[in-house]
Amino acid sequence: MSILKTENVVMQFGGVVAVDSLNIEVNEGEIVALIGPNGAGKTTAFNCITGVYIPTSGRVLFEDQNITGKSPDKITKLGIARTFQNIRLFKDLTVMENVLIAKHLHVNYNFLSATLRLPKALYGERQMKNECEELLERLGLTAVKNEISSSLPYGMQRHLEIARALATNPKLLLLDEPAAGMNPHETDELTAFIKTVKDDYHLTVFMIEHHMDLVMEISDRIYVLDFGQTIAKGTPDEIQNNDRVIQAYLGVQEDA
Amino acid sequence: MGNSVNASGANQKSNRMKYVRIGILLVVVLIFVFIADITVNSYVRRILNLCAIYTILGLSMNLVNGFTGLFSLGQAGFMAVGAYCVAVFTVPVESRAAMFYLVPQNPAIANLELPFVVALLLGGFVSAFFAFLIGFPVLRLKGDYLAIATLGFSEIIRIVFTNTQTITNGALGIKGIPTINRLWWTFGIAILVVIFMFLLINSTYGRAFKAIREDEIAAEAMGISLFKHKVLSFTISGFLAGIGGGLFAALLGTVDPKQFYFTLTYNFLLIIVLGGMGSISGTIISAFIVTAGLEWLRLLDEPHAIFGWNVPLFRPGLRMVVFSILLMAIVLFWSRGLMGNQELSWEYVKKVPDKVRNAFRIKSAKGGAAK
Repeated sequence: MSILKTENVVMQFGGVVAVDSLNIEVNEGEIVALIGPNGAGKTTAFNCITGVYIPTSGRVLFEDQNITGKSPDKITKLGIARTFQNIRLFKDLTVMENVLIAKHLHVNYNFLSATLRLPKALYGERQMKNECEELLERLGLTAVKNEISSSLPYGMQRHLEIARALATNPKLLLLDEPAAGMNPHETDELTAFIKTVKDDYHLTVFMIEHHMDLVMEISDRIYVLDFGQTIAKGTPDEIQNNDRVIQAYLGVQEDA
Repeated sequence: MGNSVNASGANQKSNRMKYVRIGILLVVVLIFVFIADITVNSYVRRILNLCAIYTILGLSMNLVNGFTGLFSLGQAGFMAVGAYCVAVFTVPVESRAAMFYLVPQNPAIANLELPFVVALLLGGFVSAFFAFLIGFPVLRLKGDYLAIATLGFSEIIRIVFTNTQTITNGALGIKGIPTINRLWWTFGIAILVVIFMFLLINSTYGRAFKAIREDEIAAEAMGISLFKHKVLSFTISGFLAGIGGGLFAALLGTVDPKQFYFTLTYNFLLIIVLGGMGSISGTIISAFIVTAGLEWLRLLDEPHAIFGWNVPLFRPGLRMVVFSILLMAIVLFWSRGLMGNQELSWEYVKKVPDKVRNAFRIKSAKGGAAK
């Protein structure tokens, strides 16, 4: 069953068509990758799905519900969480606070009861903390939970971004280049990490990634974008042998 | 497992110690207020009152500017709303006719006199309501544009109050507001506001505000509705500014629109920048330093003689020159304000000797290298 579906999504910036009639379908429980050369429109596609941009035309469906044009916070509430290509942690706050903030969307008491520490708020706060402690424990971030997030090493900041996204209790996790700037060893670690997280939290994962090792190893299906167009889709094997993909990545030799 | 139990036990203990320390601090402050209330003369009393009021207003501004990261300059306007609520509703009915001699007061409120607390709270709520109304269109703006829009609002309020003569007595202002002489009103409310702010900032809503300050895009992607939380922060800030304004009116005993020029807002901006954007204790410290310091430096404005020679430097105006130089020095050496976005806690105080020692060590190391 498809959890995320885009129907002819077009995103134009003035005369530039960043994404042209994008038709993507992600099924529940899958890991789907979106690849393509720089400037292909991958992040724009993500931004259309998460509500950062409102598509020029077309529809985005999440669990058969039309979410086109909804604001990012509403879309997150429905169950889509994301990470960012250039890490966007709350830099001056601690690891714990970063994760707690992501739990705020489930809060069901108003600011007065939260401020006056009424029983409902106290209970909610304790539960929130417990859930976050557990999450950090499972993702191996307990030791640094009181550190300021910007002081963490790069790889851990990436992990924290995923932890923070998970704290919103998503059904679908969008990862925007999770392995960017990582060395092969760290990438291997991340690959295992994504697999574990996906199984533990029963997630569907849709990701943008440039590291082909990672993509080929964990993706069930792959979409390839170039200049906003979907030039190929299929299993890792099909993609690796697709002429158009090889052309897009390596260029075409004129005299060949 | 055993470790985590120990850790949570230690946590509980440190929590208890924290409450004990807060309790002791509170008692010390109350004793200070009590002693000050019976010993100081009316001049010092007035300055202390002003310090407490500026603390409230500084905190109200810090909530929006320091904790939520919005650049708002509308404080004087919200203050005016609170001040006028107290002024209009607490002035004794008998003295009103003489005051409204150009245009009589609107009959609907001419005979309405409210107790101070009710008028003060009313001022807070009306001000919060205005903040809520203004917030809707204005909080869609960012950065400098928001500052200009809120500045405009504050000027509009002032001009409206100048022209609604049947309610506010226009440019003539309102005199004879029953004044608060004791310290308890201002300090009592200031203490309540400080406690409220600590609880709010350390609640889940306070974290949401900070998230918006740190990164709006990430905050929104984490499911925090930017608009809702900005309006919330702005409204609470409006409420606190209204209360502060009401106390201000009751301290001075008179209000008129000229008091609420937008330049008044810069006093509070100065306080929060100096104390640290996003620090409650910094705001308190800086409110006292700025308010009391400005008074204390007044001696620079008076002529002084050294061995019979009249030093020409000491003349009206030197006070502001020295004060501005001190400010520049502070901003240069503590670029994030006195406290940054930290709070003055026991742990912070304990680290101070280390910090001082480290600072000297670096200097002596440099000196050694130079040799």
